[in-house]
Amino acid sequence: MDIIVCIKQVPDTADVKINPETNTLVREGVQSIINPFDMYAIEEGIRLKEKHGGKVIAITMGPPQAESALREAIAMGVDEAILITDRAFAGSDTYATSYTLSRAIDRIANYDLILCGKQASDGDTAQVGPGIATHLDLPQVTYVKKIVSIDEEKAVVERMTEEGYDVVEVSLPALFTVVKEINEPRPPSLRGKMRAKKVEIPRWTAEDLDVDPDKIGLKGSPTQVVKIFTPERTGEHEIIEGESPEEMADKLVEKLLPLLK
Amino acid sequence: MDYLLTEFQQEIRDLAWEIARDKVMPVAQELDEKNEFPHEIMKILAQSDFFRLFVPEEYGGLVENGKGMLELCLVTEQLARACGGVAVTYAATALGIFPIILYGNEEQKKKYLPRVAEGTLAAFAVTEPSAGSDISAIQTTARKEGDYYVLNGTKHFITNGGEADIYVVIAMTNKAKGPRGASAFIVEKGTPGFEFGKKEDKMGIRASATRELIFNECKVPKENLLGREGMGFIITLKTFDMSRPGVAAQALGIAQGAFDLALDYVRKREQFGRPISSFQGIQWMLADMATKIEAARALVYSVARMADAGHTDIAKESAMAKMFASDVAMEVTTDAVQLFGGYGYMKEYPVEKFMRDAKITQIYEGTNQIQRNVIAQHLIKEALK
Amino acid sequence: MLKIDRNKCVGCKACVQVCPFGALHIDEEKKAVVDPAVCTLCGACVEVCKFDAMEIIREEGPRDKFEDWRGVWVFAEQKENKVQPVVFELLGKARELADKLNTYVGAVLLGENVKDQVEELIYRGADNVYLVEDSSLRHFVDEEYASILTRLIKKYRPEIVLSGATAIGRALVSRVAVQLQAGLTADCTGLDVDPETRNLLQTRPAFGGNIMATIITPRHRPQMATVRHKVFPEAKRDEARKGEVIVERVEEGDLDVRSKVLEVVKEVTSTVNLSEADIIVSGGRGLRGPENFKLLEELAEVLGAAVGASRAAVDAGWIPYSHQVGQTGKTVCPKLYIAVGISGQIQHLVGMQSSKCIVAINNDPSAPIFSVAHYGIVGDLFEVVPALTKAFKKALGK
Repeated sequence: MDIIVCIKQVPDTADVKINPETNTLVREGVQSIINPFDMYAIEEGIRLKEKHGGKVIAITMGPPQAESALREAIAMGVDEAILITDRAFAGSDTYATSYTLSRAIDRIANYDLILCGKQASDGDTAQVGPGIATHLDLPQVTYVKKIVSIDEEKAVVERMTEEGYDVVEVSLPALFTVVKEINEPRPPSLRGKMRAKKVEIPRWTAEDLDVDPDKIGLKGSPTQVVKIFTPERTGEHEIIEGESPEEMADKLVEKLLPLLK
Repeated sequence: MDYLLTEFQQEIRDLAWEIARDKVMPVAQELDEKNEFPHEIMKILAQSDFFRLFVPEEYGGLVENGKGMLELCLVTEQLARACGGVAVTYAATALGIFPIILYGNEEQKKKYLPRVAEGTLAAFAVTEPSAGSDISAIQTTARKEGDYYVLNGTKHFITNGGEADIYVVIAMTNKAKGPRGASAFIVEKGTPGFEFGKKEDKMGIRASATRELIFNECKVPKENLLGREGMGFIITLKTFDMSRPGVAAQALGIAQGAFDLALDYVRKREQFGRPISSFQGIQWMLADMATKIEAARALVYSVARMADAGHTDIAKESAMAKMFASDVAMEVTTDAVQLFGGYGYMKEYPVEKFMRDAKITQIYEGTNQIQRNVIAQHLIKEALK
Repeated sequence: MLKIDRNKCVGCKACVQVCPFGALHIDEEKKAVVDPAVCTLCGACVEVCKFDAMEIIREEGPRDKFEDWRGVWVFAEQKENKVQPVVFELLGKARELADKLNTYVGAVLLGENVKDQVEELIYRGADNVYLVEDSSLRHFVDEEYASILTRLIKKYRPEIVLSGATAIGRALVSRVAVQLQAGLTADCTGLDVDPETRNLLQTRPAFGGNIMATIITPRHRPQMATVRHKVFPEAKRDEARKGEVIVERVEEGDLDVRSKVLEVVKEVTSTVNLSEADIIVSGGRGLRGPENFKLLEELAEVLGAAVGASRAAVDAGWIPYSHQVGQTGKTVCPKLYIAVGISGQIQHLVGMQSSKCIVAINNDPSAPIFSVAHYGIVGDLFEVVPALTKAFKKALGK
């Protein structure tokens, strides 16, 4: 079973802090990590490979420094990695990103399954996975929390819903986006780390991918960010004081009652 | 302090710490409370190749033959920063296979070491109810019968007992010869006549399994004899020489873990309107604790390097490291509890566990009194030269 | 591209600090430099620069008037033949936008047996309801639903299409937007229109709500957006409203045999769905054990609230993952969020900080949760929560 895992390098939100004076994001010194949701996709890919054979290829689109995310994936046990990078891809929104990734996957050609995290922690759109599936005209299952069974032909998976889950049968090749519940990502291995240091990671540019120049980068992105601002933190900030828990509870209820009506 | 670790050693240390922080810390309290063996964590350590660090390359490991002591110490230290019980479970497997690495023949190495490299746990069984520090008092016997040795007797306080698949057991093949009559055998879990007895309910390192091994007419193939008959005593001594740095590293990690908690706490805890870290009395305690830990680390890493450099007689140095680091662990963890004040005494806070975990490091793998004997004997012997 | 005027730049680093993507640095000549491979043209630096040194230059083609694209559509998500509450929130907003644009509101309803829901959609503000009923639409199947919606949009050409940012909505419109080569903005918390350009101004949180971005789709139609629950009020019900029902059919090309739903399983233990809940009572490590979630359930019952949890509580196995609020769990914005024994790691905060009112109960006054809380109680939750339950019972006459 050959699996492609799409990953993204994101700033570690655990490091992101707000400057209390200017109320702006402090980005300095923030580490880059693999999008936490993509870790579950990587782990699931490795587990499927361990069980069914085949190989796992990780791909990412991003600036040259995103290569380190691919090396981390290799340290976990991914077999190969490809970096999709070109200045022409800069400014891509989810449409252009999913188009570009789908061209790269098309070039890889041999695969049974594509795995993505359910969304990226910096953009939170959850649009790129389904976007790739659509560009490639593949069936998709989003929010997969368990792969119940899988063979060359088809898979039965559990898709998370707001109320519980659906059991979905889907023919392969297909694209799944996965949620945290699906597994517990493993730490890298020492041998994996040694391999990750040495392995050659090919770089694919716009030219390599035979892309439509009108569908990539800023030009190929229907959406445009026109403004970025920091949300105002409004409202009162009050610590309720009191002699006893009962007194504090009563005071709080008094404050909250108007909200409940 | 810069210990001039190689890039690979730094990576080993950092990855071990990541696993300790992300996988061990969140469950340390629960494992301790429930006396629960860390199967999941051992699986992760195996998957991440940490068991390959004490297995030579030709048997599926990652180190050159005769090396890897410093790496073992680095990992054990990092794990112990999160949980002393998890650390000893890992290090005890190294202890369990040192006799095979040191004295095993090619067949024995080929048969057992690759399994350990993949994550099979091992254990070393010497101690008996009436043979603790005094190895010559061992009662377990092994009598030769054709192609087998038949083992009878009981080992107790065996780390990884019941959980390990591979055991090295010291038994008397000739009681009349005293210590010279002891031999070492590899015994696999599941061998008829080999059973497990009582599981101990311990003060600390509760995540680790400590159990009784019972041999009742247990037939072990004669190929499982390590070295020759009568070598049991020397195998034991040499094994402990090799394993003491690991215990010392465990103690070092426990001290560091408690210190990290204490340093974090005193910076946040406010009394009299300011963080208690601003009081000089507290500052002096911190300075003493950190200095002791660093001194212990220097000693532990140095002896590990001696072992890796091929020194065969490291008895004195490894005894010094084990004794010093474990005494430091006890002192530092006690002080850490003190810095937490009343909270430190409560099980809700993690620091008291470190104090409980620290105590055993002064006792096992030879009590610190025995370590002092070893050190003194070597000093006197050296003076005679 | 981002143009930096080196004459005006003084190297103050304000832009470097504010760049959410780390795309800027100061060079040896003390001037700001941008890495165009990393820059997303978000404009944060332009806002913060006091010296007018930054400018975003966009290549703009001739602007299409999109005169044949009119109308504001809402995807009327239904489950078990019942339209979901978020749809009514969307209809309220759609009505407001349509009135500003002087156009109509459409609702698209797909399902097996959903005809009786049409009236409700009209009462809530829809002028046109596009109804597709078919046994194959009983369960949500991504490919088939997407195919139909794409076809209808191509046929009727609405300029705006809104959907709830639900599991179904996100999966569906992501596919549709690609099929239409339309712009799609996820998880919006603010929507407005510019009546002149007819552009939809879509505001959404990024970086876990730490910054907000306003996004437009100037060169493409339709303009598509998914919208968070509970951000907009539900449309008022008006039984006097009239509307038109347009019945459409499933066509052969819509059917996709590649995937099918075998079974639908419900498993949320509390009765209220977290993302739909008006009130959430959440517990964290401070609860010390699974048995103590009982305290929260009692309070939740009095308030008609859902029970949430921090990652720490979920990871400890005290409560199922479906209750997890935060970065790796659900993002919620109820009217009232009561955080009990939750320290407030950033990963938790990003999932709940847009709640309208936040209450924190914690024994550690320095816990970060207090920094986002509107009301805080510093105290032992094992005393405070039961007292609170009692006080609410009394006040609400229960």
